[in-house]
Amino acid sequence: MTRTFTGRVVVPGAVKAEALVTQAGFNTLASFQKSFMFGDKSAKCSDQNNADLYGKPMHGKALCLPQTIGSTTGGMILYCAAKLDRHPACLLFSKPIDSLAAAGAILAGVWTDVPMPTIDSLGDEFLEVVKDGMKVTVAEDGTVTVE
Amino acid sequence: MLLTEEQQALFDGAKGETIAKIVKTLVMYGECFGAERMVPVNSKNGHLVTSFGLSVMKPVYELMDELIAAGAVSEQPFSVDPRPLDKNVPANFLQNIFFKVMYSKQADYEVQLGKLGLMNTDAFTCTCYMDAVGNKPLEGEVLSWAESSAVVYANSVLGARCNRNSGIIELFGSIVGFVPAFGLLTDEGRKATWVVEVDTVEKPEAQVLGSAIGMKVLEEVPYVRGLDKWLGGELDEGACDYLKDMGAATASNGAVGLYHIAGLTPEAKRLGDALIAEGAQVYKVDDAELRRVRDGYPVIWKDAAAKPVLCFVGCPHLSLGQLSAWTASLTEALARNGRQKVAVPVVFTAAPKVVEEFKATPDYQRLLGTGAVVSSICPLMYMNNPLCGKKPVITSSNKLRTYTSARYHPDAEILAQIAGDAGTASEGGVS
Repeated sequence: MTRTFTGRVVVPGAVKAEALVTQAGFNTLASFQKSFMFGDKSAKCSDQNNADLYGKPMHGKALCLPQTIGSTTGGMILYCAAKLDRHPACLLFSKPIDSLAAAGAILAGVWTDVPMPTIDSLGDEFLEVVKDGMKVTVAEDGTVTVE
Repeated sequence: MLLTEEQQALFDGAKGETIAKIVKTLVMYGECFGAERMVPVNSKNGHLVTSFGLSVMKPVYELMDELIAAGAVSEQPFSVDPRPLDKNVPANFLQNIFFKVMYSKQADYEVQLGKLGLMNTDAFTCTCYMDAVGNKPLEGEVLSWAESSAVVYANSVLGARCNRNSGIIELFGSIVGFVPAFGLLTDEGRKATWVVEVDTVEKPEAQVLGSAIGMKVLEEVPYVRGLDKWLGGELDEGACDYLKDMGAATASNGAVGLYHIAGLTPEAKRLGDALIAEGAQVYKVDDAELRRVRDGYPVIWKDAAAKPVLCFVGCPHLSLGQLSAWTASLTEALARNGRQKVAVPVVFTAAPKVVEEFKATPDYQRLLGTGAVVSSICPLMYMNNPLCGKKPVITSSNKLRTYTSARYHPDAEILAQIAGDAGTASEGGVS
């Protein structure tokens, strides 16, 4: 079944990708740490405290999350992920975006050639509906289709 | 976003493409949170979170090179988080090799920081607001800082105004001298949406109380009642140390950027209940609630009963008073146990300038005499790698517990373990 959600555009862009979903807050530093250290281009999530994501590749996925948590290096880490080509295809937030994730998405948008379209405020139901592996389509206007 | 004529000119490229991109970044960042204008950064100094020359962070160093080449350096001198390395901190052969590779860009990055506006080579600490360090903002000043524990302290205890910025964003604000006005920079954003009522039989552990508050209110602003009973009505050294540690736990266990303490912190003293937003939620904290929170911390050591091999005290960095207090309690406990040296290797961390002051006191040699190490390292950076992550490390820091595999114990339990009290894990028992 196809469902459509509308959020607010933080960084515009259109993209199609496979969903990767975390119900818990996304700890940016902990999640990318091992990928950065050991050169894992698929960017397998290294946050042991996140049972939804741990060990799963994040590169090229439609990362569906409530908010990010953790160190204030978070925005810088997202920027590095984009520059190193290990970033998610897009960031889809159920809640209003937090300041660290916003910084990361905007830094990637302004300072790299590989922006991550970023939509926030998609609503709690978005995270109830979307599951790992579903096909996600993001439109320029902030419409997110899940099927 | 309504920019001034001067800001608009920068946006349009009057001072080059790099500055234009910086302003564009700050405009997008502000618009994301409903900011309608920029406000001047009027503190004397900035503070950056990124202090580590991790070899894999090449994009950051390239960006710094771009800034330096364009002359886009900080208008205000800044301090920065602690260094990730110190050869005095215990590490085995493999760890030392790993650290060398992992932080191979440290020296190069410090050169970049110097060009960008680093205050001085001793300005590496998360507690830049200590008097000895010299980056202590005044009430009402607008800051462009990152480092969650420093931001929450500056907002709450000093009454300065700063959002929870990310690394790089904070540098951009210091470079152009303005930041978007939203969130904790506004009167409305500083209102409390939670009232925390503390009612405990004993003075609550700062680190556990902060953790409980952070987990409950997440990124919102709490107004805490009942704590002045334990801390008094003046921000003396003891109260500031307590709030430093409590605040770091609120910021790391949640995402708190500002708290008010009734009858104690500057805005709470001046404005009282008027700081509480309509419809604020209430969270009651008693001894049972603090116990529940602490009991919920997972132990992620492979062997939960393992004997600790290292202990870190000082995340965030300790004050001079805390170093002296630890010296007194540790030497007394060792004497009581008939020991000369600590039972678990222990590292006390403080800002380089605070350590310098400490060295001038007789306590310094007393503390070294116990076998303890005094360092200005960042325990988080030390722990954040697979080799150290496997070691059974104990700490009195809830922040270190949150981000690493280190196991939290309150100060009294840490003291018992490092002093080798009978029945503690350091003596082979179960703590």
